[in-house]
Amino acid sequence: MVRVLINVPKQVKRGEPFDVKLLISHPMESGQRHDDMGQPIPRQIINSFVCTYNGADVLRADLFPAIAANPFLSFAVVAQETGKLTMTFTDDNGTVQTETADIVVA
Amino acid sequence: MIRRRFLVLSGSGLIVPLLPAPARATPTQVAALIANLVGEGEIHDGRVKLDIPVMVENGNSVGMTVSLDAPATDVRSIDVFAEGNPLPHVLRVTFGPQAGAPRFATRIRLATSQTVIAVAKLADGSCWRDSVDLLVTLAACVYNAN
Repeated sequence: MVRVLINVPKQVKRGEPFDVKLLISHPMESGQRHDDMGQPIPRQIINSFVCTYNGADVLRADLFPAIAANPFLSFAVVAQETGKLTMTFTDDNGTVQTETADIVVA
Repeated sequence: MIRRRFLVLSGSGLIVPLLPAPARATPTQVAALIANLVGEGEIHDGRVKLDIPVMVENGNSVGMTVSLDAPATDVRSIDVFAEGNPLPHVLRVTFGPQAGAPRFATRIRLATSQTVIAVAKLADGSCWRDSVDLLVTLAACVYNAN
């Protein structure tokens, strides 16, 4: 489990896009670096990110080693009714982590 | 004589490269990746917007936003490529029905001064491109940890 900061508005207007910001605490080791002994450091990144709202897709992102350490992701979501925003990401070890945020539609 | 020999030896030491040249993608490789993505269609400039600074102080973390002036439902995918990185593909995003706008922001690594390219593919099959030439002062570390 890695630490994730999620920023969503407390209340949103029906059908009006709002921004979601995520900051994931992850080294995103690119697999391009070597340690002091000259041995390659294996790649260990978050390679996939999926965001859904009440089960319907918001977006899917394939991430590659060029994404900076501690990835920051920001995107727009639109909601018609109050519900749950689910964000799932998978890293190279196959670890899947899911975070949720409740969205209240005014 | 001894002093002169010392100069010769120390001078020859200067031309020995300190580090091997880093592996980098080439614009041709990136063009091939984009051609693969676009397929038979033609690629046009415009509509997609890549927002990234042209002067980058630290290549380890560069904020960028890619966006498109079309409804999110009309977008099949957006890809970003960095020509000068060892691995040029940066990200691919696809949008679903709950996306508020076809926009995605993140922070990326840049290995050197280079051209960064965003390619958007729309549902009607048309492809759009935006590119930014930028200068990187401190490159993202590709050699050693620490």
